[in-house]
Amino acid sequence: MDFGAFAAIGAGLAAIGAGIGIGNIGGSAMEAIARQPEATSKIQTNMIIAAALIEGVALFAVVVALMK
Amino acid sequence: MKNLLKEVTLSCVALLACFNTMASENKNNKPGAEEEFNSVEMIMHHISDAHDFHFLDYTDSEGVEHAVSIPLPVILYTNNGLVCFMSSAFHHNDDGSYVVSKRGTNFVKYHEKIYQLNDGASSLEFDEQHHPLNAVKPIDVSITKNVFSMLLSLVLLLTLFGAAGRSARKNPGAPKGILAFLEPIIVFIREDIIIPNVGEKKYKTYIPYLITIFFFIFFNNLLGLIPGGANVTGNIAVTLVLSVFTLLVTNFSANKAYWKHIFLPPVPLALYPIMVPIEVIGVLTKPFALMIRLFANITAGHIIILSLISLIFVFKSIFIAPVSVGFVLFMYTLELLVALLQAYIFTLLSALFIGQAIEEHH
Repeated sequence: MDFGAFAAIGAGLAAIGAGIGIGNIGGSAMEAIARQPEATSKIQTNMIIAAALIEGVALFAVVVALMK
Repeated sequence: MKNLLKEVTLSCVALLACFNTMASENKNNKPGAEEEFNSVEMIMHHISDAHDFHFLDYTDSEGVEHAVSIPLPVILYTNNGLVCFMSSAFHHNDDGSYVVSKRGTNFVKYHEKIYQLNDGASSLEFDEQHHPLNAVKPIDVSITKNVFSMLLSLVLLLTLFGAAGRSARKNPGAPKGILAFLEPIIVFIREDIIIPNVGEKKYKTYIPYLITIFFFIFFNNLLGLIPGGANVTGNIAVTLVLSVFTLLVTNFSANKAYWKHIFLPPVPLALYPIMVPIEVIGVLTKPFALMIRLFANITAGHIIILSLISLIFVFKSIFIAPVSVGFVLFMYTLELLVALLQAYIFTLLSALFIGQAIEEHH
């Protein structure tokens, strides 16, 4: 059993999770900016923060995959 | 101020020159043996710590391999006391076969770790679990790549902020020079990160720590991106220490409301066996997440860039180069953004945790 392959699959699944999550955030941020363009900078700041947090979780999984 | 920065940089370069720069050494005597390109090995070598700044290897016209590198001091604490020598004594040997004798003890280097051979042993042997059979590891406090890079960023921080602080004190009014560059950033950190999260009343105690953390992480992220630079913030030991600092600052400045919330949460008594362990573990997992987030983001960025470059060598074709370099440029831009963003996130979350700890019960 080649565990290296499972590690690669795990990392790929983590990437899918991150993609879905950050895509959601990006989409909501776009809608919010479309509704209220004056609040663009606030929305952008919060979007970046949430994206970084989600990416942190995805990278947890990458780190575990790297261990193998 | 500009002159001071120039002086410091030049003295750093001069210091490096004293360490026998561009020390060209004969690595092995096999004439020009072409070995398979192992990208994993190359990537791991670039993101790990090392005892010298290794830039490149080249094979000269006679087929002998030379290495271009800057050796760094090796400082070991053994039973015989402190042993110091330059890492060039190992002659770029990294598989435990070249023995360096200092003060009666024999040392070998295997995968950038230094082992002290027991008496009578002439080369390193390992058992199945990869434990050394005939050697021990002395306490290694060498100046490695990461230590050197951290010292460099320390000097950079002290110079820049010392100059900025002096200028702020002496010249009231519009800032000039390095202060004009740093002040908007520092004010942004104070207004948008520290005050909203830590609170209006007690934020002044925590400004020094949070601003230091921000710029330390930011400068080290940037220095790691320079080719040939050391991967400081991508070393989990470094990020562990930084998150331990946040843990200590948070918990030592916590007030009674915070501890009451952890050990006596306002829930029905039946839920205590679940809530209290979760809250206690939560105290530890928050800095743990800080550590992993910074480490993984920076290391992953470096691995991506190195992998894209090594595509050229895997395909053994020059035509991959424009595609590869284009991707690498894009990734580098992203990495610059990530360097700033990760410093911002670390500082933001540290400020948030501190704010939660000192919050009054409402």
